Amino acid sequence: MGETIKKKIKRIKIDVNKCNGCRSCEMICSAYHASPKYSSNNPARSRIRVIRDPLRDIYIPVYAGEYTPAECAGRDKYVIDGKEYEECTFCRASCPSRPEFKEPDSGLPLKCDMCEGEEKPLCVEWCMAEALVYEEREEEVEDIPQPEELEVGLESLANKYGMQQLLETVSRMTQKD
Amino acid sequence: MRYAETGIYLEIDLSRGNIEKIQSDPRDTELYLGGLGTNAKMIWDRVPPEVEPFSPENLLIFSAGLLCGTPAIGCNRTIVSTISPQTRLMAFSMMGGFWAPELKFAGYDKVVLRGQSPSLVYIYIRDDKVEIRDAAHLRGKGAIETAELIRQELKDSKIQVASIGAAGENRVFFASIEQGRSSASRGGIGAVMGDKGVKAIAVRGTKDIYVARPEEFLKLCQEVMDYIKFREANPIPGVMPILAGLGSPQEMKVHDEKWHTENFMWGNSRVRRKDFWNEDIARQWAETLDAMRTRLISCYNCPMKCGATISPPGHPTYMMKCFSKLTYTMAAFADLEFGLKIAQKATEHGVDGFSAPQVMAFAVELYENGILTDADMPGFPSNNEERFHWLLERIVHREGIGDILADGTYWAAQKIGKGAEAYAHNTIKKHEQLPLKLSMLNPIYFLMYSTGEKINITQIEGQFPQAPFPTREAREEFVKDWFQVPHERFKQYFLDWEPRGEKSMPFYPTVEMCCDIVDWQERMHYIDDALGMCAGLSSFPLKPPYHIHNYPKFISAGVGIIMDEELLTEATKRYRTLVRANNIRRGMRRVDDKPPENHWKKRFPELEKQLLDAYYRMKGWNLDGIPTRESLEALGLDYVAKDFLERGILKEGEEAGLDPSPSETAHQ
Ligand code: SF4
Ligand code: SF4
Ligand code: SF4
Repeated sequence: MGETIKKKIKRIKIDVNKCNGCRSCEMICSAYHASPKYSSNNPARSRIRVIRDPLRDIYIPVYAGEYTPAECAGRDKYVIDGKEYEECTFCRASCPSRPEFKEPDSGLPLKCDMCEGEEKPLCVEWCMAEALVYEEREEEVEDIPQPEELEVGLESLANKYGMQQLLETVSRMTQKD
Repeated sequence: MRYAETGIYLEIDLSRGNIEKIQSDPRDTELYLGGLGTNAKMIWDRVPPEVEPFSPENLLIFSAGLLCGTPAIGCNRTIVSTISPQTRLMAFSMMGGFWAPELKFAGYDKVVLRGQSPSLVYIYIRDDKVEIRDAAHLRGKGAIETAELIRQELKDSKIQVASIGAAGENRVFFASIEQGRSSASRGGIGAVMGDKGVKAIAVRGTKDIYVARPEEFLKLCQEVMDYIKFREANPIPGVMPILAGLGSPQEMKVHDEKWHTENFMWGNSRVRRKDFWNEDIARQWAETLDAMRTRLISCYNCPMKCGATISPPGHPTYMMKCFSKLTYTMAAFADLEFGLKIAQKATEHGVDGFSAPQVMAFAVELYENGILTDADMPGFPSNNEERFHWLLERIVHREGIGDILADGTYWAAQKIGKGAEAYAHNTIKKHEQLPLKLSMLNPIYFLMYSTGEKINITQIEGQFPQAPFPTREAREEFVKDWFQVPHERFKQYFLDWEPRGEKSMPFYPTVEMCCDIVDWQERMHYIDDALGMCAGLSSFPLKPPYHIHNYPKFISAGVGIIMDEELLTEATKRYRTLVRANNIRRGMRRVDDKPPENHWKKRFPELEKQLLDAYYRMKGWNLDGIPTRESLEALGLDYVAKDFLERGILKEGEEAGLDPSPSETAHQ
């Protein structure tokens, strides 16, 4: 158990009624995370995705949460305001069963990092429709160390190929040098 | 490494089912930019004037603009170019939405279609994988319906689909290509797509688009965003709502349609209803729109919300493009409810929202004047709204009289005869125009209408106010923060421009000033059409965020080529001339450069002659509107000069601007 500390909680409040489906948020998120910064953009690398289905008037920006190694067993359907949604529509996880929130080349999971280092999340800055609103508050939380991006990636690799194969590959790679 | 563009285009031969990936020449980007510029070059190189619109040799080019797929806000246009069946000239129509950036992310700048497929197909592009797939099951399906079916079939909700409806399949001369919330409508390019046997192009991409100097590029985007916010908060005072802001969201957002309904012609461009708008109608129309409009929506990477999702009771939901909200309504003398309902069908069938209602109103007029009879139109309803539905179905399926009307008013009138020609009076270069008629000649608009090769006035006019402001104070106020002007002199033109008296139209702005103003506006549109920028953030509104001073920076930082205002102006002039050259080679001459027949009540033939002469001179064309050898060579278009000389279009030794006898016959 970690000790209790004061922590800044960053959140993005999403108002689906205001989203106009422009995908600026996807564009800027991917550009920000390119290296060097802004050198390229590619919505397929974004940590926010706009689930769009214009003819059913569905516009849901979802930003990437934790990686889950297993897909869920059942998939519920929700009816909200007469519109039917699959559970996946709202889900923030990258999981084996959906292409969302994975690097297109490596298949490694992506996770929103609240634009670490920036004053405000950039997707919020670029959303002029104000569908995304940044909120900050202080909270007493238990200090549980969060896995780093690298760890998340390794974990998913381990899940995909097995720990043994992963270790063997790493040791082979280190021997090459 | 290529920046902003991918450097690769897809070349698909539909006759043989062959797909190739071809590297483009970076030198072409410097000379012609991208989009329209390189399309015009490709048409010049590969589609000689002997090639008919409906022929395997005609190309249909889908091009993402040069900056599409970069973070440049509002840069999402696909420029579709081909030879138009209606004008028989080079067509270049644009669509917004999401298709062009997706094509870039898939790794391509253009898709070039040639040949003709023996059966109906659709093209599926997913990154490196490109397939020609059977589309027999999609025959006759609506354009939007087709997109949905393809998305389901490929199990990918993020695919962007450009497709045609029944009109395109049946080669209706004003068939459009539809894509989600937008369409490429002018010039009948949907008919060429149908002729090639292609129902749709579905594209999905997951690759990166790079920019040359990232920090600098992002800073430029940030400035544009700040300016958009500033303009949202500070609309331009003293102009009508549609000109006060950016984009064209007014059409969907604003309820007050007094200006459009009272200033535009109704029916077959004949009747102006000066006192149409009243409280009752205002209330009724607002109720209709509120009841049917679900959401205001944008194109890729743009906050302006110019489109809307419309759900008419009892009809499927569709996405409406700005002005088609009114085109059917006004053509049929009906109410907004009718307009929103028939537009759903028209969108699915895939017809141009300017031409289709005009053609239908033309048919009604011919019928009412006994030129078309019950023998031609058995079962023609008596109710006007039903008549429009009746006509729409026959036109898109080319049934009975619809087969003739499907060629547009100009060609239909020729076929019908019996004086029908007099009713086809709202065309430019054989293509239907906005039903706008005014009292006295406007010299700036005269030039834009006559010489605009995009065949659509709203895509030529732009950054200079449409009319003088009533007071000097208001004008002074306007020019204060008018930094978009290419040169200070434009401010003076505007300051001195009076509604009445010596410095008023038609003799002020002077002929030279008019040419100067038109040249500026035209230049901005041509830049947009190469970069893939939405005119709504650039060439069309007053005081837009994109202008001649920041565009070169966007190109340098984005593409990584050397660019400044002078080079950009020259490049624009180069491919503008090339578009002209394509059309000159197809027989277009001065005699074709004229506005719709009875567009203005009061005309000034001598002034009009002076205007055209001066405009041609400024462009480096002779008096017949043909670019001279000297001006072609100065632009590096020696190959065009050579071709013109070989064909006898230009004659050896002829001096610039001295051709004494402009041709008298229109091209056929
Ligand atoms: S930027 Fe905002 S409005 Fe645009 S898609 Fe993202 S959440 Fe929606
Ligand atoms: S907060 Fe930053 S990292 Fe998270 S989705 Fe938005 S732009 Fe991407
Ligand atoms: S200004 Fe309007 S039409 Fe233009 S890109 Fe933006 S939303 Fe689309």
